[in-house]
Amino acid sequence: MGKLERIAAQQDRKAGLTTSRRGFLLTAVGSAFMFGFAREGKAAQVFPASAGMPGNGAFEPTIWCSIAPDGVVNINVIRAEMGQHVGTALARIIADEMEADWDKVKITQVDTDPKWGLMVTGGSWSVWMTWDTFRQAGAAARTVMIEEGAKLLGTSAANCVARNGRVIAGGKSISFGEIVSRAHPTRTYSPDEMAKLTLKPASERRLIGKDVKALDIPAKTDGSAIYGIDAKLDGMVYARPKMPPTRYGSKVVSVDDSEAKKVKGYLRYIVLDDPSDTVPGWVAVLASSYPAAIRATDLLKVTWTPGKTANVSENDIIEHGRKQIAEKSGGSCVFNDAGVDEAFSSAKQVFERTYTCASVLHYQLEPMNALARFQDGKWEIHCGNQWQSLFLPVIAKALQVKETDVVMRSYLLGGGFGRRLNGDYAVPAALISKALEGKPVKLILTRSDDMQFDSFRSPSIQTVRVALDENKTPKGWEHHASAGWPTRVMAAAFMEKGADGKAYDQFAIAGADHWYDVGPMRVRALDNDLADATFRPGWLRSVSSGWTPWAHEAFLDELAHEKGVDPVDFRLSLLTAKGRNAGKAPDSVGGATRQANVLKRLVEKCGYGKTQLPADTAIGIATTFGQERAMPTWTAGAVQVHVDRKTGVVTCQKIWLVLDAGTIIDPNGAMAQTEGGALWGVSMALFENTEIVNGNVRDRNLNTYTPLRISDTPEMDIEFVESTEKPMGLGEPGVTTIGAAIANAVFNAVGVRLRHQPIRPADVLKGLSEKKSA
Amino acid sequence: MIKFKLNGRDVSVDVPDDTPLLWALRDELDQTGTKFGCGVGQCGACTVHVGGRATRSCITPVSSIAGADVTTIEGLHPEGKHPVQEAWRDIQVPQCGYCQSGQIMQAASLLKDYPDPTDEQIDGVMGGSLCRCMTYIRIRKAIKKAAAAMREETASHG
Repeated sequence: MGKLERIAAQQDRKAGLTTSRRGFLLTAVGSAFMFGFAREGKAAQVFPASAGMPGNGAFEPTIWCSIAPDGVVNINVIRAEMGQHVGTALARIIADEMEADWDKVKITQVDTDPKWGLMVTGGSWSVWMTWDTFRQAGAAARTVMIEEGAKLLGTSAANCVARNGRVIAGGKSISFGEIVSRAHPTRTYSPDEMAKLTLKPASERRLIGKDVKALDIPAKTDGSAIYGIDAKLDGMVYARPKMPPTRYGSKVVSVDDSEAKKVKGYLRYIVLDDPSDTVPGWVAVLASSYPAAIRATDLLKVTWTPGKTANVSENDIIEHGRKQIAEKSGGSCVFNDAGVDEAFSSAKQVFERTYTCASVLHYQLEPMNALARFQDGKWEIHCGNQWQSLFLPVIAKALQVKETDVVMRSYLLGGGFGRRLNGDYAVPAALISKALEGKPVKLILTRSDDMQFDSFRSPSIQTVRVALDENKTPKGWEHHASAGWPTRVMAAAFMEKGADGKAYDQFAIAGADHWYDVGPMRVRALDNDLADATFRPGWLRSVSSGWTPWAHEAFLDELAHEKGVDPVDFRLSLLTAKGRNAGKAPDSVGGATRQANVLKRLVEKCGYGKTQLPADTAIGIATTFGQERAMPTWTAGAVQVHVDRKTGVVTCQKIWLVLDAGTIIDPNGAMAQTEGGALWGVSMALFENTEIVNGNVRDRNLNTYTPLRISDTPEMDIEFVESTEKPMGLGEPGVTTIGAAIANAVFNAVGVRLRHQPIRPADVLKGLSEKKSA
Repeated sequence: MIKFKLNGRDVSVDVPDDTPLLWALRDELDQTGTKFGCGVGQCGACTVHVGGRATRSCITPVSSIAGADVTTIEGLHPEGKHPVQEAWRDIQVPQCGYCQSGQIMQAASLLKDYPDPTDEQIDGVMGGSLCRCMTYIRIRKAIKKAAAAMREETASHG
């Protein structure tokens, strides 16, 4: 019996379960937080629930939750847990609407099954996407509890209310568990029926917005939390890849394992044949232990003919983008308003600046890994993953089997940050297992493998132009951005259609489609095909909203200085909330007015323009709408920096953030996400970047890749605007303002404008000396 | 066969001498709370105590700790109630949690040397422990909270 099965068996004994298992189940904390697939007769009903009673006598009005006779409320969570405490936040939504007793709520992180629909965890979407469905699911359960409870209490439903897991009528009450055990309710709801249920008003919320301890945290303090890398099965062998010199197009010429054979535990190598073309040119090294696999891989000699990108550099990609921007044709426009060209041809002045950002690696702390085997007629892939629906078909294609023959088992993720949206790492594990006739194989990438194979944030180049009248007032706007397009490469069907009908990668332009009133706008996204050919561009925390504001929020400061007005006043004058910026229900009620509000509140908080700061120290400001226009989290950020003129070192001293994300479900989780996001912003602006050299990333570990550490961490003051509007996302907005705010602060401190991210001391020194000589 | 004491009990592993302690713990002894991060001793996710001192298990050959006392996150406290663990839960430090075993082991070791640590001391000692979710502000807070709890305990027993 493998380790996981042992844990599951222990749990079964504890829970008194004797039914035959359909798989294993992991519990990370008491009975509150679970991973695993449904047990026999529990939470495994086919939707719609014509299949009859759930097992164990639990009442399951929808696929999303059930109430057991002992009163335990189980909530099925299809979103990956990668540090955002997503299960806790989502469970609060159902439990609040249901009027459940929180102490009886547990969450189950489920495995892939078509009944769940789209399984994706990214884009800060989870709460926003789940809000309606989970409130409806809670209302369905509450409705039945009240109806059945009323009968048992000998009264009418109208005389009853539900509170804290009980149905109450005057002085009498009955628990949900008792209702289930006595009345055996079987009512189920179709999505249409769910949508017709009456939901509670905001004033009746009792769990949403209140502090709660995250259900996933205790197991993360005592070593009991189980991540993908911890999965273990009997008879499992270990594998490590020997990776080719280019991401695509390398072909294996010869393999020599004479040295590798000297490693005790070395088993064999396999040249992978991948019909999905996910890992072309890979050779896998198998061993009886992982250290042996590491050593044997180092000693294995493979000769390849490299692909075409073996000499591509970061600079080649940036210069390719610069040429794309210079061409009038090409790309796709998110906005292409009538009158843009006229505004520029009749402008008194055209103001234009270009901004660049370096490649950024995910460096999620758990290196990529997956365990694969063939069991009971199915290919099982055990790993943490953020977008199961995207990679199930790819894995199936690689294995040349039907998608229904593959299942992905869910685990905790040792960091996501977008890396695990791309499930490419599951493919080689599946292929190796197939070569071993379905034997369990655990593929782990070493850190250097992981960094070489990263699906990292593409380098980008952006040009922003504005047409000004005689008062230097904007009368037309253009924003052109060129970068690798992750969505085209991996999920082309998900691309959006532009104003010109052409598909574009919204995750390589979102953020540039801002809410300022600057006249007719052209916002053009360009697919840097040299980037796409050289590496697999990835989605990285806050995707393009992590770098488009680097351009336009710095540009607005530059423009304000050009115009001779205060950058904050200037922004407020543009946040008029007119036309398309007026916003619409339910997602962007209030529109740009809410962005103006967070900016005003931020300025009050941080003392911008009022506080007397020491020499070479200043505050910079930036504001965004968070992640994407259709789901705006109104965000304003201020950063105080000190610039050391001798060394060029920029020290980030303090961060202030004000966010309006609508209703906040889990205040502590919201705060944690925003703290982490803001520090990612600092890290990318000042500490981390890589560079493509000879077709691969230069950095392969922490000796040269240097993300922010504890001593670099500034003080933070974060505030959420109180609101009962629909909840938006919070995983990423914290990132979005920080880079530009730092660039603006550096300018305010020493008068040097830097347009390349990250800001390195050498760039600051160069800027200072140029300013001196100018 | 290499013998040592793990979380108070005698264990032995039959692996090559140069096997990193990390993999002996994870794969031979089923103690998976200790994590693999960078493999070169620079992220701190693999931190355990050897002879009571914080040690990076990914760069420690198992033969070098023969006969020593090794403590992992699973053995820091029998019920997971070491003051550092309690503080970590109170302050809600972990996000993805992958680095946190290492952070907790490093912090527990820090508090032996600095019962009342300053921010500078915390930054100095914890600087080798990378948290990619960047929970650093809460790590600082939780260390101070644990320190206060431990001082109180010492005072009441002292």
